Parts: sequence; C-alpha cells; structure tokens
Amino acid sequence: MLLDEARARVAASLKVRPDELSFTASGTQAVHLAVLGALSARRRAGRHLVVSAVEHSSVLHAAELHEREGGTVTTVPVDLRGRVDPEEFAAALRPDTALACLQSANHEVGTVQPVAEAAEACRAAGVPLFVDAAQSVGRVPVPDGWSLLAASAHKFGGPPGTGLLVIRKGTRWRSPLPADEREGGRVPGLPNVPAALATAAALEAHAAEFAADAPRLRELVERIRTRLPETVADVEIVGDPVRRLPHLVTFSFLYVEGEALITELDRLGFEVSSGSSCTADTLRPSHVLEAMGVITHGNVRVSLPRGATTADVDRFLAVLPETVTRLRKSAGVI
Amino acid sequence: MGFRRRGTRKQPPAPPAPPPVPAGPPAALMLDALGRKCPIPIIMLAERIRDVQLGQIIAVQADDVAARTDIPAWCRMKSQTFVREEALPQGGWAFHVRRDY
Repeated sequence: MLLDEARARVAASLKVRPDELSFTASGTQAVHLAVLGALSARRRAGRHLVVSAVEHSSVLHAAELHEREGGTVTTVPVDLRGRVDPEEFAAALRPDTALACLQSANHEVGTVQPVAEAAEACRAAGVPLFVDAAQSVGRVPVPDGWSLLAASAHKFGGPPGTGLLVIRKGTRWRSPLPADEREGGRVPGLPNVPAALATAAALEAHAAEFAADAPRLRELVERIRTRLPETVADVEIVGDPVRRLPHLVTFSFLYVEGEALITELDRLGFEVSSGSSCTADTLRPSHVLEAMGVITHGNVRVSLPRGATTADVDRFLAVLPETVTRLRKSAGVI
Repeated sequence: MGFRRRGTRKQPPAPPAPPPVPAGPPAALMLDALGRKCPIPIIMLAERIRDVQLGQIIAVQADDVAARTDIPAWCRMKSQTFVREEALPQGGWAFHVRRDY
C-alpha cells in the first residue's frame, strides 16, 4: 500500500521504526499532539511541563493551554546566544514532571540546542523528552535519546499541510482528542496519501542535497557573519557562532525599523524575514530575541536556499550598508 | 505564563517584583518616549546620552514593550550600564541608564 511505502521511507530517513511514525495535517498539529498526548498519558506522574524559552510558538501555545487547564510550566532560560544550558534544563526536571520539550535548533537564530545532554538528563529522571525538530529534519542529524519528535514537511521542500509525529516504542502517549483509529490512533482523519509520498521523496532528496551543500552554505553564512560588522556600524550578529544550523543567519541593526528594512531589501530582490515586532501581526517583539536579551528591532533573518552562491551573498553584503545608512538617516540618526 | 528570562527556574514564576524604591542617584535627564515605537526610544537615548556627565543617570520613559529588551541590550552593546526599570503609574516604564562611556 502506498501509505505504508511512504511511511517506511520516511521512517528509514529518520532512523525510526515505521510503526513509530504518523503523518499529521501539519507540523503544528504534530507538535500539539506530541505535547498534549504525552502530558495526558503521564497525568499520574504529575502535571509539570518543562519548555525552553525559545521554543516555537506551537510548543509554547500548547504549554499555555496546559497551564490554563491547571498544569504548571517551567520555562528554562537561554543565554545571549539563544542556547539552553543543559544543567539548567536538567535542574528544571522534578519528580512530578510529565514532559520536557527542547527544540533541536532555533527557528529564528539557528542556534543548535544541547538535545543529547537534555535527553540524557531526561532519561536519568525518567521524564520523556519531546524534540521539535522542524529546523533539523532533512538538514542535519538529530541526536538520539528523545521519546517524541515532530517535524514539518514544507521545511524540507515537501508539501505544505503535512507534518511528522514520531512516538518511540515504550513512550506513553494518549490522544488528547476524541478516539479515531487511523494512524495507529494517533492522528484523526484519513491520511493524505499523495502528500505522504511527496514527503518521503522530498525528505530523501533534501537530506542528500543539503548534506552535500551544507559545508558551502556554512561558509557563506560565515562570510556574512564576518563581513557585516566590518561594513556596517552598530550591527549585532545573533545566535551561536559555532553550534548553529548551516544555512541560517540572523542579525540586528541598531536604530533601524525592521519593517522598513525588510521592505527595502524586498524591493532590491532579497527575500528575508524579521523577528522585529513591527513586521509581525502582533505588536509583541519576538519571544526568542526577548529571551536572549538582544535588540528586537532592525532584525533580519536570512535563510540561504540550496544553491545560493557567493555572488548572491556578496550582492546582499554590498547593498546592506547603503540601505541601512539611508534608513538611519530618514529616522534622524546620523 | 511569561516567556521573558527568569532568574529562578525551580519554583513557579514569582509575580513581577514591585518597582524598587529609588535606588541610587536620581536621573540627571529624563527623556519622554511614551507613545513612541521602538527603535525611537533607543534613538533618543543614543542622541542625548552625551548630555549627561560620565557616571550620571539618564532615564527614558517608554511604553513600547520592546524597550524592555532593547534598552538593556543597547547598554550592553554600547558599554553603558543599565541600572533599573521602574514601572510608571500611568503605564510604561522609566529605564535608568548610567553613562559609563
């Protein structure tokens, strides 16, 4: 059956058993099911949840729901580089901790988290670890030792509206939703078979191509990290300089409005994102930048696509200084 | 729940500490950036910090929540000292910065 074939191929890519993998309707749904289902199954152990301060909003929103329903949540802080201290993470685990959540790598600043150390601490404490691996799957290996994992197909070039949920053998999990027997009782509704097949093909292709391209992308990111502070004053490169995703780089310019900068760069042909509040629908600044304690305005996130060239990067580096200077002048900064 | 950095993590989060009773010297200069969005409060601070002497306090009143992160971060980048954040009765905060540089 086609769905079984897709499942077997994706499971092989993830190095898990096919019966541990379910297809979901999105990465967000995979996260919600992982977090709420693990909490539900461990209710007798306690109602305490541990999350890092820089988790994706889907994890934090699940944590908020848990808290509204009477659970407790401990948020583990991060350092200036956006990294969780594994000892602090371990210290947050309690006898009544039902679940701990740590992303594989941060979606805004690219910092890779100490998943192996967190998994070891969780194993010692008898607490399941959920890893939101949306940034890593299809790009870089995720360390072993976790109990639950979620990923999103469109992040590795697969179809939108497809997520992956992995629940390792021996992990207690109970659906937080009404009973439905499909996908092993884990995901309600009929699975989207064409999307599952497309996901399998995309994951295999992306993982292979990215592995080949990663050293080059890492060098291009390094080029941006090194050159930018040489050509523009008052810029801060954010995220861990070494323990980071190969293709992502984030920086913030003092005295520049993020939205204006993104608009300018878009006009010049560069598609970038921002964690600055003025670009988001909400007026809150990015919770990731806040938790790190770095400036939240003038923020630019560059995600290099496969095949990005040195010429592309150099053209980007060439237009940034004058763009930033122009915006600062118009804001009244000399 | 709050996602800002917390000092303690074993206990459930404490309610925000009441604004400290004015500690240290009063501000030599107070800037009003209430109603202004970031980065305007930072731009005003950068423009005016040289109007106070080394060791003196400059304060910025702002009500954009981003200023709570941006002003301490600016101080770190610019080798100035972030002294404290004081909640204002009308909403917003006064951010106290000591000129060290």
